[in-house]
Amino acid sequence: MARMKFLCDADRCIECNACVTACKNEHEVPWGINRRRVVTINDGLPGERSVSMACMHCTDAPCAAVCPVSCFYTTDDGVVLHNKDTCIGCGYCAYACPFGAPQYPQTANFGTRGKMDKCTYCSGGPEPDMSQAEYVKYGSNRLAEGKLPLCAEMCSTKSLLAGDGDIIAEIYRERVITRGYGSGAWGWRTAYGETVTV
Amino acid sequence: MANKISHLLVALSLVLGLAFMAPSAQAQVNPTEQSVNEGALLEALGSGGNVAGRITIPDQNAGYLIKPDNKLWAALQGETLHQISIWAVIGMVALLTLFYVIRGKIRVDGGLSGRKILRFNTIERFAHWTLASTFIILALSGLNLIIGKTVILPLLGENAFGTLSAWGKIAHNYLAWPFMVALVMVLLLWVVHNIPNRLDVEWLKQGGGLVKKGVHPPAKKFNAGQKIIFWAVIAGGAALSYTGVMLLFPAVAGTPADWQFFQTIHALTAAVLSAIIIAHIYIGSVGMEGAFDAMGTGEVDENWAKEHHSLWVEEVKGAKASEGRTQPAE
Repeated sequence: MARMKFLCDADRCIECNACVTACKNEHEVPWGINRRRVVTINDGLPGERSVSMACMHCTDAPCAAVCPVSCFYTTDDGVVLHNKDTCIGCGYCAYACPFGAPQYPQTANFGTRGKMDKCTYCSGGPEPDMSQAEYVKYGSNRLAEGKLPLCAEMCSTKSLLAGDGDIIAEIYRERVITRGYGSGAWGWRTAYGETVTV
Repeated sequence: MANKISHLLVALSLVLGLAFMAPSAQAQVNPTEQSVNEGALLEALGSGGNVAGRITIPDQNAGYLIKPDNKLWAALQGETLHQISIWAVIGMVALLTLFYVIRGKIRVDGGLSGRKILRFNTIERFAHWTLASTFIILALSGLNLIIGKTVILPLLGENAFGTLSAWGKIAHNYLAWPFMVALVMVLLLWVVHNIPNRLDVEWLKQGGGLVKKGVHPPAKKFNAGQKIIFWAVIAGGAALSYTGVMLLFPAVAGTPADWQFFQTIHALTAAVLSAIIIAHIYIGSVGMEGAFDAMGTGEVDENWAKEHHSLWVEEVKGAKASEGRTQPAE
């Protein structure tokens, strides 16, 4: 089985935010929810880089460790998913996530959080694959259709890579060797305890 | 014409200049590769640092790209706080069971007299029971968040446990408010009786008469043990209220680092206070004969009162006696 990961080649990202828009459209996520976002480091300074970030589907995910209702599970592809029927919207995963991935719709008074929403790596939830129930709660299930996450698939500069961790790491490594530089596999050290070394 | 010549000259000088510059330009590094690097950023920031940048969405907190230290809180919450909460509760229950086995129920030495004295009026009992009932639900729904997934989840299954926990969260959010009101009521009603004095030192020296039969150190309305409970409830309740309100309004509280801090304080305080309250419930019910009446009907047996609150009985009786003396003179 593949071990799915994201890798954002920051030297290629042009901060077009198309990944963000594509994600919102593909999964019809509500207002205020950002499963993916683009952060620009050193904005306006020499060496400025933009990084597209979503859930990194960590190894030993901290969100799963702190969830009081154990609603997280890791698929055979290494994707970290959660069950919205079990989620109580306590917010602990948002405290624990190093990448700011968990999002909450505000549903009631006192700013009560609704069920958590986050990047599913375009692979839905615990409901049957490609069912209506799954689509309503988690968005489309592209993995079940044999496709990769849309954000990476439509990235115009092929900055955002999705796929098996070893394969995308190899692609990135080749790029770095060819062009002679690279700012690193952002988040990999924090998410997987490793980074792509060239 | 002259304009064209000057343009040509500029162009020529540029070409010449570039040609002159060329060798040193080749020695220089490609400016595009001079980029920020995640590894270097994380190292430069050190512990407690976050990699952050500009974001185009309204939520400026989303500008934090990577916060590696969040994993420290995850470990603290998932393991340490879990353990502390379990051992605080189990430890106190075990301790009390041991105490019950050794000491047994603390009886009224002189037997029940059948005469009753009013100890807590309706307002006092209302405040106490509002505080008590909300605390129990808050404590149980809070404890569920810590140990529910290991204790209750296997029994109920994921769906039922999720529903139960969701209701628990709603109860926790809403009952926090009557809890806070009752906390203020209790503080206002009883603070005058709970100021520590010399009697408390003596009471504590004699172990409160808890350890040995027939020992009853003098006490006013509240003895040193009750004062400890009172101040633990006030201080712990205030800490729980403040951190709890902050957790209810995360936008007011600040960043995830603040949420982590408030959650940790909230969980630790809850664990300690729950243990203290378990002891309080024990001594107010099965642990001591006649104690429950104080909060049940509000009236305690005179002999119980004489043994546990001798000076308070004198105060009450003195007041009654003086009332009795003055009335006929009117």
